[in-house]
Amino acid sequence: MTSVTDPAASAGSGDPTAPFHDRDTGRRLIGRIAGQLDRLGADADRPVRLMEVCGGHTHAIFRHGLAGVLPAGVEFLHGPGCPVCVLPMGRIDDCIAIAGDPRVIFTTFGDAMRVPGSRKTLLQAKADGADIRMVYSPLDALELARRHPDREVVFFGLGFETTMPATALTVLRAEREGIANFSLFCNHITIVPTIRAVLDSPGMTVDGFIGPGHVSMIIGLRPYRFIAERYRRPLVVAGFEPLDVLQAVSMLLEQIARGAAAVANQYARIVPEDGNPAALEAIAAVFELREFFEWRGLGSIDRSGVRVRERYARFDAERRFAVQGVTVVDPTACQCGEVLKGVLKPWQCKLFGTACTPETPVGALMVSSEGACAAYRQYGGLRGAA
Amino acid sequence: MTARRRLSAATVTLAHGGGGTAMRDLVEDVFLAAFDDAGAVPAAAEDQARLPLADLVARGDRLAFTTDSFVVDPLFFPGGDIGRLAVCGTVNDLAVGGAVPVALSCAVVIEEGLPVETLRRVAASLAATAREAGVRVVTGDTKVVARGACDKLFITTSGVGVIRAGLNPGIDRARPGDRVLVSGHSGDHGAAILAARGELAVSVPVDSDCAPLTGVITALLEAAPGTRLIRDATRGGVAAVLNELAEASRAGVRVVEESIPVRPEVRGLCDLLGLDPLYLGNEGVIVAVLPPDQAEAGLAAVRAHPLGRAAALVGTVTDDPRMRVVMETPFGGTRLVDRPVGDPLPRIC
Repeated sequence: MTSVTDPAASAGSGDPTAPFHDRDTGRRLIGRIAGQLDRLGADADRPVRLMEVCGGHTHAIFRHGLAGVLPAGVEFLHGPGCPVCVLPMGRIDDCIAIAGDPRVIFTTFGDAMRVPGSRKTLLQAKADGADIRMVYSPLDALELARRHPDREVVFFGLGFETTMPATALTVLRAEREGIANFSLFCNHITIVPTIRAVLDSPGMTVDGFIGPGHVSMIIGLRPYRFIAERYRRPLVVAGFEPLDVLQAVSMLLEQIARGAAAVANQYARIVPEDGNPAALEAIAAVFELREFFEWRGLGSIDRSGVRVRERYARFDAERRFAVQGVTVVDPTACQCGEVLKGVLKPWQCKLFGTACTPETPVGALMVSSEGACAAYRQYGGLRGAA
Repeated sequence: MTARRRLSAATVTLAHGGGGTAMRDLVEDVFLAAFDDAGAVPAAAEDQARLPLADLVARGDRLAFTTDSFVVDPLFFPGGDIGRLAVCGTVNDLAVGGAVPVALSCAVVIEEGLPVETLRRVAASLAATAREAGVRVVTGDTKVVARGACDKLFITTSGVGVIRAGLNPGIDRARPGDRVLVSGHSGDHGAAILAARGELAVSVPVDSDCAPLTGVITALLEAAPGTRLIRDATRGGVAAVLNELAEASRAGVRVVEESIPVRPEVRGLCDLLGLDPLYLGNEGVIVAVLPPDQAEAGLAAVRAHPLGRAAALVGTVTDDPRMRVVMETPFGGTRLVDRPVGDPLPRIC
């Protein structure tokens, strides 16, 4: 498999990802997967069900049409790993309340702008006059704080362990440089308790997991061991190019055929066994686990979110602003939770494509391009139809 | 020609919009001076331009008329600026209808405090692009608004052109079996603007493709006179045009992902930000639908033009009753190319 794992194989093409798109290697892998499925006796009626935990994989699977080229004996379940999708409405309401303070410049990543709160989105709040600005990094927010010493700059921190180190390092830098008008509205969440919640949910039918690539770059492979040891399910950490996903599928099938359940690493070119110690150190310095955190569609999950430690309280927007922290119940007809757990397919939700569309999302999975429902609307539903 | 007053102010103030001598100085010294080289604007200070009908009738049998507003941030970006954009946008909207652009109007709304030097650079670029496109700026207007009432500079151009007898491209004319041509790299303008905003921690060596397309369209129409339709892929990119033509023609479109020209650096930027180059805007790329027997000739003519070197036939019109745009991925998979929703928003990781 050197052509998959060795980018140097196509040196000089100008596009460093080219080897991971190679058509012939892809066809070979697809053929191998078909053989593996045959030997397992898997077909459309009794498929092997693989959950990709990370929204980046959901997007890649749809964008490259992977579900359509693989035999019907493998089925992808789209897991809860889109951090924008699982933001509860109450937290968006809190963002809008903070942004409504005239002293505040509220900064956020772009894709959080369209997530519906109970009354409006950040995009609508901006149109109503709140000073809300899109940034690409928490350091951009810190720079805004430097440039506007008379304003309170709040950064809307969200995401799994992938984005947590950058936020933590920004808080540490704010402290070092004595920037007093910067704070963080912390909505960071951790991936492992979420996978556990999926594994513990009634009706769980996942045969194996495609593990998140970027999160694992930070946390390494060890935190996933309980999935193999306690739940007897294999997990393969994978990259995001089409060949990465195909190879991970083949590696999972190989384990399933042997009756094995181990944590394996398809993405070794990026993901070290032990993760990134410096990033983990920054996370541990700034954040501590919350008792519980509310997830859209999934409800409250114990010890699944982090907050700012007491030591950095002055950079914590929850402490500096009157944040209500009210739990807002998801719209009753919305079935994002069932889709997130892999119990329902997006199109089986009552609202899919009718009340809930990318233009007017009801549920969070329709909001981000990494949400399973938005991906289905944008790219999907083509198996056999075209 | 009488010597013009030299404008002494360094920045534009509300006085320059007041209708008095300050405004006259601004108009004469900044705009008329720039357009003068081309002999574009008549010295006479009438309230309207007068276009002799006989000239128009000699060139074709229908008048094309269009308007567009330009609000780009930043005003200057690699490969162009708001002045160049203001000419190209309107000229291209005329040209894609088969019209030869004849005359433009140009109205500017200026935020007080804008450096006069900035305005001069924009005016010079506007005039140079008009010359390049073979079109005259024949009338204009200037307004100055208080700080905060607009963002630095807004420009609106309107244009008239003449459509040659016999040409009748239309968005509803695509038929199953027709071929789809894209004339250049998808997403260059959108990527250049994203990079030029300076908010990204990466630098991307991409210039905007902003250019007047009259020449390349003329070449295409000469080689493939049966061309069904032409659109320039601006907001919403190639994806938006494909969906518009599918809907208007009540047909489907099937495109092959590998055949769509995209620069590796634009693809890389898009991968990083979770964007799709097919949805990023262009300002110098056309999508054309050609009858199958003229497709190769049309492609050759476009490729022979300097603005069409990367052109490719990217797909086929189908008889899909659901009017979908479907893309074949390199592994033989398919995905839907849906209509864009709002502005593309970069994702977080």
